Amino acid sequence: MNWVKSIIVGIIAIAILYVLNAAMSATGFFGIGIDDYQSRLLVFIAINVILATSLNLINGFTGQFSIGHAGFMAVGAYASAYFTVTHGKAIETSLSGLGETVASSIVLLLAIGIGALVAAIAGLIVGIPSLRLKGDYLAIVTLGFAEIIRIVILNIDAVGGATGYQVPGYANFLWIGIFAIITVVVIHNIVKSDAGRALISIREDELAAEAMGVNVTRYKVTSFVIGSAFAGVSGVLFAHYNKFLSTNDFQFIKSFEIIIMIVIGGMGSMTGAILGAIIVTLLPEILRLLPAIQIGETTFQFADLRLVIFALILILTMILRPQGILGTTEFTDFFKRFRRADKPTGGLE
Amino acid sequence: MLTLENVSVSYGAIEALTDINLQVNQGEVVTLIGANGAGKTTTLRTITSLLSPREGRVMFEGKEISSIAAHKLLPMGIAMSPEGRGVFANLSVRENLEMGAYIRKDKKEIADDMEKGFLMFPRLKEREQQKAGTLSGGEQQMLAMVRALMSRPRLLLLDEPSLGLAPLVVHRIFEAIDEIRAGGTTILLVEQNANAALHHSDRAYVLETGRIVMEGDSKQLAADPRVKEAYLGE
Ligand SMILES: Nc1ncnc2c1ncn2[C@@H]1O[C@H](COP(=O)(O)OP(=O)(O)O)[C@@H](O)[C@H]1O
Ligand SMILES: [Mg+2]
Repeated sequence: MNWVKSIIVGIIAIAILYVLNAAMSATGFFGIGIDDYQSRLLVFIAINVILATSLNLINGFTGQFSIGHAGFMAVGAYASAYFTVTHGKAIETSLSGLGETVASSIVLLLAIGIGALVAAIAGLIVGIPSLRLKGDYLAIVTLGFAEIIRIVILNIDAVGGATGYQVPGYANFLWIGIFAIITVVVIHNIVKSDAGRALISIREDELAAEAMGVNVTRYKVTSFVIGSAFAGVSGVLFAHYNKFLSTNDFQFIKSFEIIIMIVIGGMGSMTGAILGAIIVTLLPEILRLLPAIQIGETTFQFADLRLVIFALILILTMILRPQGILGTTEFTDFFKRFRRADKPTGGLE
Repeated sequence: MLTLENVSVSYGAIEALTDINLQVNQGEVVTLIGANGAGKTTTLRTITSLLSPREGRVMFEGKEISSIAAHKLLPMGIAMSPEGRGVFANLSVRENLEMGAYIRKDKKEIADDMEKGFLMFPRLKEREQQKAGTLSGGEQQMLAMVRALMSRPRLLLLDEPSLGLAPLVVHRIFEAIDEIRAGGTTILLVEQNANAALHHSDRAYVLETGRIVMEGDSKQLAADPRVKEAYLGE
């Protein structure tokens, strides 16, 4: 039932993506166009939705504390980019009988598979030793991992080293949007399943979860590996949309930005993570539109201060709503609450 | 059913339990009483494999369980209501009980067991959809007990179920212990409230700084002058 509903919602969403993607093309969608700047923002929202919802699975729902999500994004980005740079053209040529669009789509899907797999393996290697122990070892290890992997990549000349890496542009908004939706649907269904309940119980009280018969270590590692794999997927999409990779894109600040998304939106809320991804992507851009104000002799360029204002808004949100905008509730719960108010309470369900 | 043989447990260099011998037979309610810090919780953690004994062994139904992973004990028939209750604060009462039945797949019987739990503590029924974190201490204790029963354990371990509760609630909790026992579940009850524990159990062990200093029939112990003086405040 849950899956059926998700699939219907998914199909509608993909139709919307298709229209948006068409509007981004040179000819527009029946003449209605979206300019490059707006397209890039939409793409980055979609990529950030993947990053935020997948980190939310680890941090928000399972209660672990990963602070190196950008490291797994980098792993997915570079592993898949190496694949498409070295094999992309050849595979496309061999599949040319299927038509150009299909051939390039297959290359992208292969790249996504590779990026997800390599990031998942990295997650397994990082997760097993650090999640077996109780306590915040994961935070320290993921932080270290993300920095180490970045420096390792920086020193591999085969992927461009310090000069950066040119990547073929296989990903467009349609694909990125589709994978954002797939991520949301998959993680939503995990969270709502029995396994998801087990993850939440680990977040609530690890010892009690163990006493309920939950194999705590196994679930923690699985959740971490799935989250890392999706971070890898976001890296693949970013690499093949941006057409250029630099290790600067995966510094600690990027991991931190993803944490901000889920903290602002509400840890342990699906819709909260999506909202957080949108806010953190758009707010600095909206603040560019701030007017300059003339007071006496001096002109205040508020737009230049947008990152300071952005930080202030984040701090204010945390002071006013420390649990995040949505807390652990879902946006849709508000509608449910209205409906429930009409119904008599109690009785059989 | 459950036997601890010469069990010693330490936290690092500190020995918390020394040479514990303890036995719980099928159908009994056995209580382990002792002051704060005597090692009662440590004993239960050792039984549930959260700690491993430095010496000795823990046997359950003829099998050594000292080295079995904690999450595998529930399927074997051992459930615990932990000290401080350990309810899942952000899950509803119903969801907490569903977690209690996590290892079971028989949906219909799980629903029946939940109704039985609600019958035992109607307060929980009233709070069914409420988050467990918003319940009173007594209600959380009721929830922790019913949640532990949801796995249909053969042995139920209760860690200080009366701790910090109002007298009327304590009375209700001990009544429930009688009911659970009447339903055929064997119970190991850890308590500081020696008076109530001795009146609702068959046999008792007295723990002092990690050692068992007295054991025997609960009624006899309740009448023992040493116990009266040290634990019953008479
Ligand atoms: N995690 C721990 N680390 C070190 N010492 C502990 C730990 N837990 C309990 N202890 C010590 O072990 C002894 C027994 O504690 P505990 O079993 O909790 O007693 P009780 O449950 O009877 O109050 C106490 O002296 C306590 O300080
Ligand atoms: Mg204790």
